[in-house]
Amino acid sequence: MKKLLILSTALGALSLPAVAQEVNVMGWGGAYSISQVEAYHKPFTAKTGVKVVSIDADNPATPIKAQVDAGNVTFDVASVEFADAVRFCDEGLLEIIDPAILTPAPDGTAAMDDFLPGTVTECFVATDVFATVIAFDATKYAGMESPSTMADFFDLTKFPGKRGARKNAKVLLEMALVGDGVPTSEVYATLRTEEGVERAFAKLDAIKSEIIWWEAGAQPPQLLADGEVAMTVAYNGRIFNANVTEGKEFEIIWDGQVYDVEGWVVPKGAPNLQNAMDFISFSTGTEPLAKAAEWISYGPPRASSAPLVGMYQDGKTEMGPNLPTSPANLTNALFSDLEFWADRDTDLNERFNAWLLK
Amino acid sequence: MSNSDTAPEILRTVDGQPLKEALTRASRSARIRAFLLVLPLLVFVLLTFVVPIGQMLSRSVVDEKFSENMLQLGAWFAENDSLIPDEAAYAALVADLKVASAQRSAGNVGTRINYELPGTRSMFTSAARRADEMAPPFKEAMLAQDPKWARPDLWAAMRSASAAATLNFYQAALDRQIGADGTFEAAPENVQIYVKLFIRTFVLSVVITGLCLLLGFPIAHLLATLPLRYASLLMILVLLPFWTSLLVRTTSWMVLLQGQGVINDLLVWAGIVGDDGRLEMMYNQTGTIIAMTHILLPFMILPLYSVMKTIPPSYARAARSLGATSWTTFRRIYLPQTVSGIGAGGILCFILAVGYYITPALVGGADGTLISNQIAFHMQKSLNWSLAAALAAMLLASVLVLYWAYDRMVGIDNMKLG
Repeated sequence: MKKLLILSTALGALSLPAVAQEVNVMGWGGAYSISQVEAYHKPFTAKTGVKVVSIDADNPATPIKAQVDAGNVTFDVASVEFADAVRFCDEGLLEIIDPAILTPAPDGTAAMDDFLPGTVTECFVATDVFATVIAFDATKYAGMESPSTMADFFDLTKFPGKRGARKNAKVLLEMALVGDGVPTSEVYATLRTEEGVERAFAKLDAIKSEIIWWEAGAQPPQLLADGEVAMTVAYNGRIFNANVTEGKEFEIIWDGQVYDVEGWVVPKGAPNLQNAMDFISFSTGTEPLAKAAEWISYGPPRASSAPLVGMYQDGKTEMGPNLPTSPANLTNALFSDLEFWADRDTDLNERFNAWLLK
Repeated sequence: MSNSDTAPEILRTVDGQPLKEALTRASRSARIRAFLLVLPLLVFVLLTFVVPIGQMLSRSVVDEKFSENMLQLGAWFAENDSLIPDEAAYAALVADLKVASAQRSAGNVGTRINYELPGTRSMFTSAARRADEMAPPFKEAMLAQDPKWARPDLWAAMRSASAAATLNFYQAALDRQIGADGTFEAAPENVQIYVKLFIRTFVLSVVITGLCLLLGFPIAHLLATLPLRYASLLMILVLLPFWTSLLVRTTSWMVLLQGQGVINDLLVWAGIVGDDGRLEMMYNQTGTIIAMTHILLPFMILPLYSVMKTIPPSYARAARSLGATSWTTFRRIYLPQTVSGIGAGGILCFILAVGYYITPALVGGADGTLISNQIAFHMQKSLNWSLAAALAAMLLASVLVLYWAYDRMVGIDNMKLG
């Protein structure tokens, strides 16, 4: 018994230094992780021989804070929302990413000029643009007028029926203001005032009794499929997936879409720092970003990637019109203001939760 | 009784050692061996349970994000009682922000103050970015950047954050906040949430425990009294859902209860309700109560069953033969003997219900969520772990108080878990 114990301990100690060339990447799971594995992880391993270990988390931001606080970081790269990246960067939880490692576009445009403005910061490199939109089941509106604007979502007389909404103040307050007629360019200026916040809540009051609240991104397509709601707030990628993989006929109202970026960060004290930087440099190249958009309908944040995006994996669905970054979808769109939400996330959500209880 | 006349003869073992010593040694080695056997479990519990929970709870009273980064300002607060900051205070603030900017900790400082005064986080991060360019007089420089730096409540928040140990998170957990004059006051009506949620959590838990008892008592009685053949079948019916994954059971309830779900479809088909009058049994308190009662039912049935199994049927028969009615027999003979099972099942159900999280999150909608959902919100979304820890500590404390009250009223020794 004792011998066995010594032996296994010795083996355990031996196996530690054996894991030399790898990089651990934490993602969100589901179709989103699959797109990253196919577009980034596999080609990166093929090119460099460095093994990429894909780890899933509900929200990779939570383990970053936990592990950096505890001084025991087990992964090297994580996919997080922009607002979390900025917040963590200010709090010193992330490594600095030198923009010089980013690869230029094929035509020679410098990386920083190729990325959408503001989507690369000292700790963060964007990988995709996702949108929160309104979606409805086209089969339920066959032969009649279907909703087409954000205002329609808040109009119970014109379009009666339950509404699905994410149980969070973020995005929903912006949508309420857009639905109330505030131009997208003035939404955050309005929300910064007390009257603006009250106006948003008043707009929500109008449909509050009809709202079914959801928390996980997988719920809204399900609510639509079950006929539980007539319209719902949803992530565009989930709606797209339900359409192409399950043959649904959900339609997206791009008017008033709130788009946000996600991207890579490196937690402070990452065990394979050099590999992490190499991985980020590779995966944010023009081609991998375009390839990822062929697996999930999240738009590439580089201008040079857009023309390279081809068909979805089924070989018949054109990706372009399904991406939040497509020009037709951006006509009345709002870029989520991370500075605003970094400041007001907690208090507006507490107010939102109290509003729910009323 | 020993004979006091003769000196007691020392008993010895065969090899001449005093018996007492030999016995002590033998029992000591037995004790050490027993201790060594439980040592792995002890270490396991300490490392994976006591230490992490202790660390988490300590976060509710300690937050160093501000105090460890703002040393000069901390020193100024220690020397001055005044609520009105002078030039020296602003100079200390700017000096600290310079350091914070270099060490990339301005976000930490801002986050800490933002907990107390929402909307101030960006004041710290943007001031830190420009701290290097600032020149005296610092008061004017800071106010030129943002006049809000003169707010007394901001300085009160900074003063209270300059000590690492704080009770502010408990204040926040009781719906209190720093007011305009710098002292704590009740938060405005439209942001009060935690006290209401605590009350709702306890009321719902009591209701669910009561429903479990009402539904579980007859089943446990049947289990204990039916012939073995039927009892085993019934037992399997009780245990099968118990072994099924929590998520599966919760989503099955969603399929049954939702507006376009099985039950509503049946009711509409039978003409009991109209198509536009479908019952709302999901995404509200009703959904939470139904799903949680079903999930917690086995925790009531099993302890009840194990107690009822031991009650000899002859007692009830004796009562009946002495002329008691069946109700009196139940009330005075049977029920008192099941109290230990009711207590055990009740406490199990109640404590589990108070901390329930997934089920209310999925089926609770807006008015069926509990305090644990709010704790999860602060753990996973807002990342204000100190407030989450304070809420969790209050939940833990109230459960302990109830446990103590139960011990005083019923006696914990009476509890039988099986």
